[in-house]
Amino acid sequence: MSEGTGQLDATTVPRLGRGVRLQHDAARGAWLLLAPERMLELDDISHAILSRVDGKMSLGGIADDLARTFAADRDVILADVSELIGELTAKRIIVV
Amino acid sequence: MSEARPNSTDPGPPSALLAELTHRCPLRCPYCSNPLELERRSGELATAEWMRVFDEAAALGIRHVHLSGGEPTARGDIAELIAHARGIGLYSNLITSGVLMNEGRLDGLIDAGLDHLQLSIQDIDDESADRIAGLDGAHAKKLELARQVKERGIGFTVNAVIHRHNIHNLERMIDFALRMDAGRLEVAHVQYYGWALKNRAALIPMRAALDEATRIVAEAAERYKGRLAFDYVVPDYYARYPKPCMGGWARTGLNVTPSGRVLPCHAAETIAGLDFDNVRQHSLADIWSSSPAFLAFRGTGWMEEPCRSCERREIDWGGCRCQAFAFTGRASATDPACSLSGLHNEMVAIAERESAAASPAFAYRQF
Repeated sequence: MSEGTGQLDATTVPRLGRGVRLQHDAARGAWLLLAPERMLELDDISHAILSRVDGKMSLGGIADDLARTFAADRDVILADVSELIGELTAKRIIVV
Repeated sequence: MSEARPNSTDPGPPSALLAELTHRCPLRCPYCSNPLELERRSGELATAEWMRVFDEAAALGIRHVHLSGGEPTARGDIAELIAHARGIGLYSNLITSGVLMNEGRLDGLIDAGLDHLQLSIQDIDDESADRIAGLDGAHAKKLELARQVKERGIGFTVNAVIHRHNIHNLERMIDFALRMDAGRLEVAHVQYYGWALKNRAALIPMRAALDEATRIVAEAAERYKGRLAFDYVVPDYYARYPKPCMGGWARTGLNVTPSGRVLPCHAAETIAGLDFDNVRQHSLADIWSSSPAFLAFRGTGWMEEPCRSCERREIDWGGCRCQAFAFTGRASATDPACSLSGLHNEMVAIAERESAAASPAFAYRQF
């Protein structure tokens, strides 16, 4: 495991941090990311990205998969994926 | 993506439940925030009652349950309670001193679905840590548990309560959290309620020591960003503005005592004249929406001047009602931690006088 946020690129493989889990919430009708002292309610885009974070797929792989699924521009998606993962890495919800 | 937060007028559902499973604890820390009148084992809620409380919490929208005390592992049913919480989608955090744990017990709790463990340390060297905890051998057990948690990979927070007897070791505590692969470090200056208030003169640091600690935490938080998250709780005696205690009275979470009384914060029973409903008679939903004790200081309508017209009224929510009551005898008064309070200078003077004098002996927590 590398330390700190570092530089993210298409080969970076993210995974959920220790003590973090993704859970569907029937009462809220939404997906939640549960972490120590935090509860993030995910919108559809965030969920699409985070449900692909499995500790194996790289950011590039996630972007490829999303581009296929949603028939969207891969580079635009990669930028969105990198931004979200970067933000969550700083909060240690994701580790890379 | 959004952080689930209440808005300014309606708090919405609470997000966290602090379950004080028991007041029993093998440690005797002089800064304990439990009340001076501790609850006995015979009055504690039974396993099935706690499970029902968790069910009601989940139905209310709560997703975080903090298993606390006292020492929560003093209860024999802790694994059962964790399994129940996990089964209904609650995120469980065990707030423990670690001294009643061993490897087999830890694995049992993880198998039951424990998400996160928060371990307290009293200092960094055995002798001083054990003296503060009031229990020989406590620190060595904590170190052993920290190593086991590190290997298991569940979420891990180290909690260090800071005061004049350990504040000089803050950097070494940060190193410890890093070595143990903790994701979070809580550096919590003592908050003066319960036993801590009784021991204030033995605990409160000088302002210069506080400023140095604040600098160290700010630097470390920047240096270890993405690796170790810091939660820093300041001692508000020296503050300009009060802390937004509990994020505002009855706004974000609730606290259930060992015998089932439901409080907006763990010190709320120090306020005379408030009656607290019990989970044995009322549902958590009813208590959250209409318990008189919860409505008493929720929002801003109860405020007096200078809080009422203050532009920070929805930032710090008037500070702490318990502290206001302790200093003024009126819980609706401005928290004296606020520089706009007429009593603020007196509060600062107490802190400066007590921290400059020699430390009296600890009055250890005891039943």
